[in-house]
Amino acid sequence: MRELSAEIIANTVKRLCIEANLRLPKDIKACIENSFDTEPWAGAKDILGKIIENYTIAENELKPICQDTGAACVFVKIGQDVHINGNLTDAINEGVRQGYKEGFLRKSIVNDPIERINTGDNTPAMIYYDIVEGDKVEITLAPKGFGSENMSRIKMLKPSDSVEGVIDFVVDTVMKAGSNPCPPIVVGVGIGGTFDKCAYLAKKALLREAQSENPVPYYAELERTLLNKINALGIGPQGFGGKTTALAVNIETMPTHIAGLPVAVNINCHVTRHVKEVI
Amino acid sequence: MEIKITLPLTKDKVKELKAGDSCLLTGVMYTGRDAAHKRLFDLIKEGKKLPLDIKDSTFYFVGPTPKKEGEAIGSAGPTTSYRMDAYSPALIALGQTGMIGKGKRNDDVIKAMKKYGAVYFGAIGGCGALLSKCIKRSEVVAYEDLGTEAIHRLEVENFPVVVVIDSYGNNLYETGKKAYLESLKEEK
Ligand code: SF4
Repeated sequence: MRELSAEIIANTVKRLCIEANLRLPKDIKACIENSFDTEPWAGAKDILGKIIENYTIAENELKPICQDTGAACVFVKIGQDVHINGNLTDAINEGVRQGYKEGFLRKSIVNDPIERINTGDNTPAMIYYDIVEGDKVEITLAPKGFGSENMSRIKMLKPSDSVEGVIDFVVDTVMKAGSNPCPPIVVGVGIGGTFDKCAYLAKKALLREAQSENPVPYYAELERTLLNKINALGIGPQGFGGKTTALAVNIETMPTHIAGLPVAVNINCHVTRHVKEVI
Repeated sequence: MEIKITLPLTKDKVKELKAGDSCLLTGVMYTGRDAAHKRLFDLIKEGKKLPLDIKDSTFYFVGPTPKKEGEAIGSAGPTTSYRMDAYSPALIALGQTGMIGKGKRNDDVIKAMKKYGAVYFGAIGGCGALLSKCIKRSEVVAYEDLGTEAIHRLEVENFPVVVVIDSYGNNLYETGKKAYLESLKEEK
């Protein structure tokens, strides 16, 4: 069995926290630059240009892309043949603590949803564990801003609502969100599972490369349909009007119960951050 | 063409601004988001004195990242404004003339803006690194214990904003979308 020290995990998480907040991933940059080239509405194009200027400054001057450096969402795939020496969860939180301090990132986590005292170090992280084959540990850091998180929704549709019901709910969610989640947005859609699994799928969908497609042709087609419908709404960058309301729609699905059709929409902004490392 | 505005924003200047105008702001503004707004609001309710003068003030809804050595401020883009909707009308009634944020406002805020004369500006959400370049100085003036949510006094130069809702109730979130969609019809 492979042995791995908790310290290595903490150091990796620390590095990823900083990197994720300073450098926008290639796939998101490509989507934004592509939209800049194809956006027909002058005001909208201008905003997309400013967005490109912003992430360029962030990268060159090592300044966070956005001041909301997010809740630290950490997706961990642990190979069943690796043994961690030390407490894994503590190590991840330690990495977040150090990363947010040394990276001059904003601490946005409160201790309790009602009492609301800032924990001062952006912990605890939002951790998602997955046990997989092998002896590697894969860590994905995806800081999540709450302007867009707050616009996310879930609905337990009836099986008879079928795919039309799914389309209506997703498009309606984006329409209601309007200018609030800093469009252009990335839309993560979860379909199936249980209430909680469905929400998880929607969040996981945001990790997938924005320019990739769902491997199932039917869902790849549904992704295109949703993107076209969303970009026909006219909301545009920042909600000032234009074509580019969404950069991508990613769908993740799983089997569900005979009585249900859960759909979750997790909205992310143009500052969709995710960085991965395998140890 | 951008309209250059020197802060503080007087009521006369407010009247000249129209939804859709691009502006560059220079002068002093204050930061405030959820927690600071709640404290100000509670003081107003209790009839107590506020820690700063609200008349003709502009508030920027922002919680910046910590600044590094040599920087005036960290990354500093707008936060979503509707969370301040419950508090803004009371501040507007006291003479606040400008608000900078992103996203929609409710009818109560717009009503107060029309009644007393105030403007809601949008700054580009998610452009905190770019916007921070226009902020030349920043110091805490109240509620230091709130950290990023403390009220900071900012000195800005040519800070880029767009008038989203003017003092007549015109709303760029509605007109901008409509204009774009109509341009598509014309093409057909
Ligand atoms: S929604 Fe995204 S871009 Fe907008 S303020 Fe939040 S993290 Fe930044």
